[in-house]
Amino acid sequence: MNEGSETLLRLTGVRKSYVTGEGPIEVLAGVDLTLQAGKSLALTGESGSGKSTILHLAAGLDEASAGRILVAGTEITHAPDSLRARLRRDTVGLVFQQFNLIPSLDVAANLAFQARLAGRHDPAWQAELAEALGLKGCLHRYPEQLSGGQQQRVAIGRALAARPRLVLADEPTGNLDEASADAVMALLLRLVAQTGTGLLMVTHSMRLAARLGGRLHLSAGRLA
Amino acid sequence: MIAAALSALLSHWRRQPLQLAMLLAGLALATALWSGVQAINAEARASYDAAAATLGQDRLARIEAEGPIPQDVYIALRRAGWPVTPVVEGRLRLDEGRSLHLIGIDPLTLPAPAQQVDFGQGDALLPFLRPPGLLFANAETLARIDGAALPPLRLADRLPPGTALGDIGQIQRLLRMEGRISHLLLDPEAAPGPLPALAPGLRLLPPDQRNEVARLTDSFHLNLTAFGLLSFAVGLFIVHSAIGLAFEQRRPVFRTLRALGLTARMLTGLLLAELMLLAGVAGLAGLGLGYLVAAALLPDVAATLRGLYGAEVPGTLTFRPGWAAAGLGIAALGTLASAAQGLWRVARLPVLAPAQPRAWAMASARAMRRQGLAAGALLLAALGLLIWGTGIVAAFALLAALLLGAALLLPLILSALLRGATRLARGPIAEWFWADTRQQLPGLSLALMALLLALAANIGVGTMVSSFRLTFTGWLDQRLAFELYLSAPDEATAARVTDWLQPRADAVLPIFRAETEVAGRPAQLYGMTDHATYRDNWPLLAAVPDVWDRLASGDWALVNEQLARREGLSPGDPLHLPGWQGRIAAIYSDYGNPSAQVIVSTARLLALHPEVDRRRHGIRVAPDRAAALADDMRATFDLPEAALIDQASLKGFSVQVFERTFAVTAALNVLTLGVAGLAMFASLMTLSGMRLPQLAPVWAMGLTRNHLAWLDFLRTLLLAAATMVAALPLGLALAWVLLAVVNVQAFGWRLPMHVFPLDWLRLGALALLAAALAAAVPVRRLARLAPADLLRVFANER
Repeated sequence: MNEGSETLLRLTGVRKSYVTGEGPIEVLAGVDLTLQAGKSLALTGESGSGKSTILHLAAGLDEASAGRILVAGTEITHAPDSLRARLRRDTVGLVFQQFNLIPSLDVAANLAFQARLAGRHDPAWQAELAEALGLKGCLHRYPEQLSGGQQQRVAIGRALAARPRLVLADEPTGNLDEASADAVMALLLRLVAQTGTGLLMVTHSMRLAARLGGRLHLSAGRLA
Repeated sequence: MIAAALSALLSHWRRQPLQLAMLLAGLALATALWSGVQAINAEARASYDAAAATLGQDRLARIEAEGPIPQDVYIALRRAGWPVTPVVEGRLRLDEGRSLHLIGIDPLTLPAPAQQVDFGQGDALLPFLRPPGLLFANAETLARIDGAALPPLRLADRLPPGTALGDIGQIQRLLRMEGRISHLLLDPEAAPGPLPALAPGLRLLPPDQRNEVARLTDSFHLNLTAFGLLSFAVGLFIVHSAIGLAFEQRRPVFRTLRALGLTARMLTGLLLAELMLLAGVAGLAGLGLGYLVAAALLPDVAATLRGLYGAEVPGTLTFRPGWAAAGLGIAALGTLASAAQGLWRVARLPVLAPAQPRAWAMASARAMRRQGLAAGALLLAALGLLIWGTGIVAAFALLAALLLGAALLLPLILSALLRGATRLARGPIAEWFWADTRQQLPGLSLALMALLLALAANIGVGTMVSSFRLTFTGWLDQRLAFELYLSAPDEATAARVTDWLQPRADAVLPIFRAETEVAGRPAQLYGMTDHATYRDNWPLLAAVPDVWDRLASGDWALVNEQLARREGLSPGDPLHLPGWQGRIAAIYSDYGNPSAQVIVSTARLLALHPEVDRRRHGIRVAPDRAAALADDMRATFDLPEAALIDQASLKGFSVQVFERTFAVTAALNVLTLGVAGLAMFASLMTLSGMRLPQLAPVWAMGLTRNHLAWLDFLRTLLLAAATMVAALPLGLALAWVLLAVVNVQAFGWRLPMHVFPLDWLRLGALALLAAALAAAVPVRRLARLAPADLLRVFANER
């Protein structure tokens, strides 16, 4: 179902609960959220409030218990695995808190991986990203040979290399020093402004959150 | 503290039941195959010892001649003051497929060491002596001969299997050896002096000269042991893999225990105790399985030993405590060998070691280099053994070095191939696939090495057996050229039958045999009558020109391959036999015969050994007339069933012996392949649990779980196929070593090598099937993995 090209992400009444040994735990208790193209949103909240769960649902990595989720106009709430996989490949750029690089590929291959999956590999853009992220000197090294900060930058570069329409980032600068974090944020925001990408970023840093176009605070599974 | 620490260590297995199961299964299977083979060997050796001790022959001297000894000679010796006792020995054919080794004795003159059976005293001895007499045999033999037309049977547990003991008169009647004796026994201390002139042609052998069966069968048992060892080694790959993983996964626990006050020595000691506990459990299970394996294989082994060497081994297994102790010992040793590296690391673990498990599946370049060097050294050692090694032990050492060297080399070769494939790959998924496969290689390499060994053993042994079968059946066609073989009950009957046959058969040729010596060692001496049967068929390996004319002249001889190899003889070389000096006209193949053999013309044989037994003849007749002629002969001369054997039965029997010989190796081959499949399964299951961090990002970037599962399945098949391709040259090298080195050292003959590509295709399909089965569960698990499990990779929980 297509509901307008300007809205990249829409969550309506989204609930998510997990069944545990001690009974069901409700993580999200009815979340409504909209992100327009070219806009950025910071998602803050205490640990365990469900921030990462919103990102996972938005990326189609997990299924909501109730509510609706639309990504770039496509409803993914109960979409089959293959459709959600295609959406992640073609539309979404994911930046994980734990980097999750592919250990068997070198930095250059990691940077290019998702762009090539999406069929949008642009070597010039990749070179620009590597330059901007300070990765030019380690393109042929393997993830295990990089520091935590370098791995974080590769993960960001990988997500941006495909020029995704929607970037979902989970604490993307958590492992970077302040100067590097600022540089990465500047890059992310430049991409949003230049290409009309939507950015939803989970962060604990109020300083970084303040640099984004809007901020949503999650508490006890609800947006405040 | 120790109890708490041990409990913490053991708790790992509670949380990793599959790992525990794999460890126990690997160790139990390794122990089972090894101890199964050892049980068979122990049973056989016990039988040889029992046979050697029959009638105290290991302690009594023996007087024998080239053929049976006339009873008059025995009587003359007794009268001359020689306290000899007569023995009649022979095989009685009971019916199709059943025969019995009969020994006839005289209980009244039997010396004390020969008293194996309680015949009774005085009147109690009468039932034994009076017709129809009594036959004593052990329980298994009694069960085997049940229903046969024999004198009343009695139980005597001390007799060797397949043997029955009776009064000499009754046995002479049963074997149709009236008036003749096989040999005489004598207490060596009681010999009054040198054998008197009244006994020409007799020779006195000291007690230990006849125990040859154990020596003859040594090679056979060494072969079995080698296969047992190979299976054990393949099983240990699983154990090493499981223990290595468990040690790496518990590094944080080790560090914590050290930090809480456990010394490195205590920690190592506790791990050792834990390992011994596991070895005990798996060892016991392995012994049980090994007993079953041995019990299943023993009937075939017994038939082989009976057919090839005439060695009687019971078809049922006896439990021996020594064997069980050795089995548990090998399980403990195997566990220690598999865990040595891990224990060494734990003993040297610094208290501030990193808490995260090291990348178990990652091999450092240095480790790969070390492995390459070890492989190179082993392959060089194999080459050295090939060039300079002598003897059967060197031949097996060559096999071990070749197999181990090649196994160590496999991961390096696969890694190089995968690096090449990564470079050539087009597209991100293909690139990732090859790179990821290469990264997984160290985690799978032990299983792949086990698979390589199992496949190479299958190809090698399969090629050897098929080459042997092809050569053997062709050779049988040549050697068994007579349509009928006659073994008359006595020489007079033989003469009457051959006269009768003159107008009825195309040819009747004598098959006379005597015992001789070449270079001081015993050899069989046969006489050959010049005839087209031999000229057209006899399987010569090397010959001088006009070989048959030269043989007929009486100054030349043929020697079998075993003798030629043993003494380094070639056609044209001089040959010296007692009483004869001649030259070698040709060397012929003589598969299946463990003894040296010489053939001279029949006239020369009779000149050298006028006393030779003249009862055996070969009969040429049109094949379609053979059965009728045999019936006619039996009816006319009242010949016993065993006196006439037709070519087809003899060939059938020989082929049957052949097939049963290799049934055991085939069974061990299949079991080894099964163990390798299990090793693969264990490794894949382990890796599947560790691979989530590698797979989750790819899944997150848009590959479905199904897609990933199929790629994993394809990866396993590709690795198995690559291992199969690598196993092919190794298997052929193994076959060559078995045919050209081991066989020559063990049996004295060399077989031509034939290749059987269809068998390789079949084995390749089997390897892929084993890999597919091994991969099925982990791949299915991946395809059905809950997204929550993959999501955990992205959360802080990991």
